[in-house]
Amino acid sequence: MARVVVDVMLKPEILDPQGQAVQRALPRLGFEGIADVRQGKRFELEVEGPVDDAVLARVNELAETFLANTVIEDFTVRVEETATA
Amino acid sequence: MTTRIGVVTFPGSLDDQDALRAVKLAGGEPVSLWHRDKDLHQVDAVVLPGGFSYGDYLRCGAIARFSPVMSTIIEQAKAGMPVLGICNGFQVLCESHLLPGALTRNDHLHFICRDQRLRVENNNTAWTTDYAAGQEITVPLKNGEGGYVADERTLDELEAEGRVVFRYLDVNPNGSRRDIAGITNAAGNVVGLMPHPEHAVEALTGPTTDGLGFFTSAIKKLVNA
Repeated sequence: MARVVVDVMLKPEILDPQGQAVQRALPRLGFEGIADVRQGKRFELEVEGPVDDAVLARVNELAETFLANTVIEDFTVRVEETATA
Repeated sequence: MTTRIGVVTFPGSLDDQDALRAVKLAGGEPVSLWHRDKDLHQVDAVVLPGGFSYGDYLRCGAIARFSPVMSTIIEQAKAGMPVLGICNGFQVLCESHLLPGALTRNDHLHFICRDQRLRVENNNTAWTTDYAAGQEITVPLKNGEGGYVADERTLDELEAEGRVVFRYLDVNPNGSRRDIAGITNAAGNVVGLMPHPEHAVEALTGPTTDGLGFFTSAIKKLVNA
């Protein structure tokens, strides 16, 4: 099994009120010096069989059509090296 | 012949019963549609109701958009069938790309529930002909993710083509760009808005009966078609 990770983030120009709320809470908790926080989503897909270009193309397709709304979000797809058991 | 207006129930829909009742009060024949059934049962128009379809998982409306009933609705909407998306239904229409843009979390992060004043900016859509252009109406609003966003080019296009159908008055309740409460597609048959006209159809339970015009508009249009 191989793991493919899809990270989804709001586009830079889209307001992220959740990230802002997190950022504003930080000084109260004693964490200074964090100028900005953006909150996103991470999907871990456990893929059966080897991850070749065809599989990655399919994952890109599912990320673009379903996991991310590309009107407001950007996404990245990467293969995560997993230690063999 | 009565006009048959379908209302879809997704897992997590809340306002399907109110929408069915609104259709009935407006003089139409309400028809319940089920998310797993591709068949639209010969309805003349469809309402996608408010609620939290699929628990709002992933994104509001993102999973509902891929339900079997939506494949038929998308096809029919493109062929001209009137479709109204209210609140979660508006989110489903944006996720389906039947309407441009997206709905994001309210800028103040609070779920909001209030009677909201709106201005009808376009009374030529399938769902707004019973209003006067510029008419001000009050209907309930209740959402946590109702901030309408789109890129500037799309917003300019919507304004230029008169496709902003409703605008918030008094206060912008959720950070929507340009105070946009509802929009339509280029053909005017698909309309989506965050506020809830189906909750403003009876004096006993609504702040007004201003919402009834949505349903009477669609019925008149279909009878005359």
